[in-house]
Amino acid sequence: MKKFSLSLSAVLLALFLLCPTLLLASGKALRVAIIAPSAQNDLAFTQSIVEGIKAIQKDREIDLAITDGTFVVEDAAAAIRDYAKKGYDLVIAHGSQYGGSLKEIAPDFPDTAFAWGTAADTFGLPNVSSYEAASDEGGYVMGVMAAAMSKKGGVGVVGPIEVGDAKLYVDGFVQGAKAQNPKIRAKVNYIGSFSDVALAAEAARAHIAAGADVLTGTAQMVVGAIGAARSKRVAWFGTQANQTELAPEIVVASQVYKWEVILKKIIADMDNGVKGGRMYDINLANNGIVIEFNDAYKLAPGVKEAGMKAIEGIKDGSIKTGHRQ
Amino acid sequence: MKTTKTKSFIGFLIPLGAVLLALAIGAVMLLSLGANPISGYATMFGAAFGSVEGFSETAVKSIPLLLVGVGICIAFRANVINIGGEGQMVMGALLSTSVALIFPSVPSLLLIPMVLLAGAIGGAFWGSIAGALKAYFNVSEILSTIMLNIVAVQFMNFLLRGVMIDPGELTRGTGIPQTMRLTENADLPILLEGMRMHLGVPIALFVAFGAYILLWRTAMGFRLRSVGYNPHASRYAGISVPRNVTAALAFRGAMAGIAGAILVFGSESHRMVTDGGSTGFTGSAGFNGIVVALLAGLHPLWSIPSALLFGGMLVGANALQRAAQVPSALIIALNGLIVVFVVSSEYFKQRSLQVGRVALSDDESTETQGKNNE
Amino acid sequence: MSDSFAVMIVVATIASGIRLATPFLLASLGEALGQRSGVLNLGVDGVMLLGAFSAYYTVLQTNNLYYGLLVGIVVGLASGIFYGFITLNLQAEQGVSGIGIYLFGLGMSDLLFQKFVGTPRPILPFMPLDIPVLSGLPIVGEMLFQHSIIVYIAFGLVPLMSFVLYRTTYGLNIRAIGENPEAADSLGVSVMATRYSAIIVGNGLAGLAGAALAIELGIFQQNLTNAMGFIAIALVYFGAWSPKGVMIGSLVFGMVQSIVLQCKTFGVIPRSASDLAAMAPAIITILALVIVAKRFKQPSALTKPYVRGG
Repeated sequence: MKKFSLSLSAVLLALFLLCPTLLLASGKALRVAIIAPSAQNDLAFTQSIVEGIKAIQKDREIDLAITDGTFVVEDAAAAIRDYAKKGYDLVIAHGSQYGGSLKEIAPDFPDTAFAWGTAADTFGLPNVSSYEAASDEGGYVMGVMAAAMSKKGGVGVVGPIEVGDAKLYVDGFVQGAKAQNPKIRAKVNYIGSFSDVALAAEAARAHIAAGADVLTGTAQMVVGAIGAARSKRVAWFGTQANQTELAPEIVVASQVYKWEVILKKIIADMDNGVKGGRMYDINLANNGIVIEFNDAYKLAPGVKEAGMKAIEGIKDGSIKTGHRQ
Repeated sequence: MKTTKTKSFIGFLIPLGAVLLALAIGAVMLLSLGANPISGYATMFGAAFGSVEGFSETAVKSIPLLLVGVGICIAFRANVINIGGEGQMVMGALLSTSVALIFPSVPSLLLIPMVLLAGAIGGAFWGSIAGALKAYFNVSEILSTIMLNIVAVQFMNFLLRGVMIDPGELTRGTGIPQTMRLTENADLPILLEGMRMHLGVPIALFVAFGAYILLWRTAMGFRLRSVGYNPHASRYAGISVPRNVTAALAFRGAMAGIAGAILVFGSESHRMVTDGGSTGFTGSAGFNGIVVALLAGLHPLWSIPSALLFGGMLVGANALQRAAQVPSALIIALNGLIVVFVVSSEYFKQRSLQVGRVALSDDESTETQGKNNE
Repeated sequence: MSDSFAVMIVVATIASGIRLATPFLLASLGEALGQRSGVLNLGVDGVMLLGAFSAYYTVLQTNNLYYGLLVGIVVGLASGIFYGFITLNLQAEQGVSGIGIYLFGLGMSDLLFQKFVGTPRPILPFMPLDIPVLSGLPIVGEMLFQHSIIVYIAFGLVPLMSFVLYRTTYGLNIRAIGENPEAADSLGVSVMATRYSAIIVGNGLAGLAGAALAIELGIFQQNLTNAMGFIAIALVYFGAWSPKGVMIGSLVFGMVQSIVLQCKTFGVIPRSASDLAAMAPAIITILALVIVAKRFKQPSALTKPYVRGG
């Protein structure tokens, strides 16, 4: 009996000692929430951030909650507030339209770290970081390659509305194409919608009719443009995610966002007690933007090389892209 | 013969049964997605009505639904069926936002009425275009309101990435199509400390009562209703049909425009931002408001509980999505089912009310059926 | 710019306008049929989305585009039976039940897509079907006779539906019950059966419109139709409930869209005004109606449930 009670107290003692370490171990799991406007498997903007966190999950225990498809801005605001209230450590507002709400909400939750993008403004708040993609760099590289491979001397871009990340990418693409071939006809068509897939398809056809033989485009309605390019066998450059599986025969390369590069920094800052106030961007130099080639696409000699040269030039600073230097 | 008590009990029970039936189907859908329906629905209900905080969220969500619904009550009573709410909300929001941008230093007491009025004017203007097209060119208001919604959205994009854009967006080069944080003088005051409930809620209620009085206590309301009830007779009675049709659409637009203004000045962000479409801003309230009004039998006061129910569903749905990681698409589908089932249950309600009554003549029964067209 | 290039661009623009008009045309023909019989359906967009997803999914599974079209139509027909049941048997208010159907279709198609497909996967669309001889004609050939089979089906339905509406007893019955169901009923026309058939066929066409869209684009994603169904409803009013009028309306809307696209491509419309240009199809549709003026009156019994013996 005595023996039993002794062993019992030993077990209890062991449990008692173990408990805090157990608690600590489970407390280590970082709680991260993502609020995003489109579906988490959209092969574009939202998928890129989800994959960024998932890449980090390989090394670190992260308890991830995703609220995707939240295109209503006020609903996103409610979600941001709710996650902060529930004690999430990092709340990522993945949509530039969410920033205005975040600016008002973040001060109410000084212990929560917030990140939002794509943007370049922390509102002077100590617990908000912003992140953006230098999509003009990838755009530039794509533009260089597009101009190098165009036989008809025409390239075309299908864009949604001339704002934000889309504008950056498109401007970079046109700049790159012109740099490679000053005589190139680089035509841009902003169709006026992020969601009109049918119109995007016809915009691509209009480019082809006007003599473009290499196309690109950005935002979620471009799936229509990719389809049209595919049926006309015209080359396509993708962005935001690897779009090869949407049209393996025509996708040359895609600009892919690797948000894990900056998410790691944000989380490291949090470990050091810094919850925000910093701006981050992914770019070619920090490998947050990578150009993924479709190996099945047979490129003419010199095209890939031109692209690689542009990448090097941007990395070493000899080529300046975009309008924000 | 049944007592009035049982009648109203049945009148309540049958739509409730319809909602439950739709929720049962939703439960099957939840199960197939691997979520527990009982805790799921509990989460929804708890988030929408379970606490003062939740209710305050629901009330705020219901504002645009109620205002658009009240506008629909007026327009449909005048037999002007239209779906222009989205565009009218956008135009009201744009005009009221401009006022706040131009007069940032006007004190709250003056500025808030000013922006609300601007919202009403913006919406009324957009509505009266459709009204005039109908009245003077015989262009169907269904066609014109659908087309004007498209125009309003593009106009919003044009302004928000053009003259109305936050100058900071240009210097930073990020080009997010949004205005700057609007003046605090135009913020709708929060009524419950630390919660979302703001001045927009009493304003919406006030407008609903106002619409009730307008429709049933004024000559104008009488004219609107008689034009809707019987245009030919109205014409003989000397009531101008075109003018009243235009007025109905202007009123309806004004309500939606106020809703748009409240969405801006009562929002978390206190600014206007576009994601390229209208839904990101309105949350489809211009649309759902029609359902709210029709479920309320086109009565402005019954629209209040109807809007709360719908608003609660939306708030609960978002909470469910966060709690159980259920796609929000499920809730949109479920909302559709609830609407269809409730509107279909009207038939059973009418029938069960007739059972046990002294044999009705056919004339009377058609009259009950035609109630909605009144 | 050489003349031949200019001609080529004009041809491409018109061909593009025809393609853009096709889903509108299919959906509005269906809606016009239902409205002619006195039933308003605001749920077209929802039915289109359901048709689009089911067609897309069928093609993913079977690799057969015709099965896809067929399944899209069947889903449309089924939703027609359901809509008939609630609006005819249960006499539900048509405006609001249509919106319910729209919401259901919008949510359900997305939900099914996420559950069964997830990441968008492309399907190969119909290859253009060149009409023998005609497609070889200069200019007109490329403009009109080198489209996918769906385009020919849609435009072929216009004379067919005109014939049915104006030349057959069945068409007469539909028009009669849309104007005066009591009178038609007293002449022995079954209001219920005729309306049912019009709604079912009309929804079938909406399902086909969605299927055609998904197959032509070779993809599905959330809200693929982007409110096309509502524009289709508007075009029914534009076309004054006649198949030919509806066709003209669809072509006006589609052509203005394609002209604007082409103008943007060539920089005729500056980039700063691209949003304003995107308003053009909507504004021109309204203006066209104002200028043509004098419209026909809508079917008198539209949205009114029929109760026998009333």
